[in-house]
Amino acid sequence: MTTMDITIHTTSLPHVDPEASLAFYRDTLGFEVRTDVGYGGMRWVTVGPPHQPSVSILLAPPASDPGLTDQERRTITEMMAKGTYGWILLATKDLDSTFEQLRASGAEVVQEPTDQPYGIRDCALRDPAGNLVRIQEVS
Amino acid sequence: MPLRPVPPQRLVRLARLRRVRDRMDRDYAEPLDVEALARDVHMSAGHLSREFRLAYGESPYSYLMTRRIERAMGLLLRGDLNVTEVCFRVGCSSLGTFSLRFTELVGIPPGAFRALARREWAGIPPCVAKQVTRPIRRGPGPRS
Repeated sequence: MTTMDITIHTTSLPHVDPEASLAFYRDTLGFEVRTDVGYGGMRWVTVGPPHQPSVSILLAPPASDPGLTDQERRTITEMMAKGTYGWILLATKDLDSTFEQLRASGAEVVQEPTDQPYGIRDCALRDPAGNLVRIQEVS
Repeated sequence: MPLRPVPPQRLVRLARLRRVRDRMDRDYAEPLDVEALARDVHMSAGHLSREFRLAYGESPYSYLMTRRIERAMGLLLRGDLNVTEVCFRVGCSSLGTFSLRFTELVGIPPGAFRALARREWAGIPPCVAKQVTRPIRRGPGPRS
């Protein structure tokens, strides 16, 4: 087998209110908006850190796959409201100063910076759609 | 698009439960109790407990204590605090209740865990310690 050359290009998170999610990722986290597409009353927005242009997060309407049943759509919508559906792990070099900026900007804090027994230091926020945003300190 | 959307009121109620749960994750070290949590979202303690259990499969009290025990395990592994200090550090006001819940969740009392951690797990990589020490809730847990 030849060596693969595959990179991570885009990952997705669901939104409920695209404007609210866009504001969180752009204004609170400082991401840039890369594409913004509307179709059939739905909206897809890609965002990402300005200094990491090759990786994006697609903010997408949940349960838009026509192959889902009504019951599955209900479950996804309810899990998002409960906060048990989407999550992402971000990283920063200076967790404490990043966290203080995020808290000052009114972000919904789930966990203050904590030294975890398994050797990492991280914090957690909630995005407007109920996704958990963990931020881990990296050297 | 959903043909039969979830009633908006239900989503509002679920999001309110999520905020209660997030508050326990955020402020577990504060002297939180279910009455105070319920007051903040304008519910009675009984109503909050029932709704929370329906949504998350355990009572808010059980969730909060699991969070506290999880943090306590981390502090005990560090080794620089004794059991009483850890108990208060994670927001428990009763050493007896703390020890009981710790033993239920972890399988051994906190003092024994601390001694074992210091003796047996010195030098074990943190990622392994995480797998070994992560508390797992088994069954529905005690009612509160």
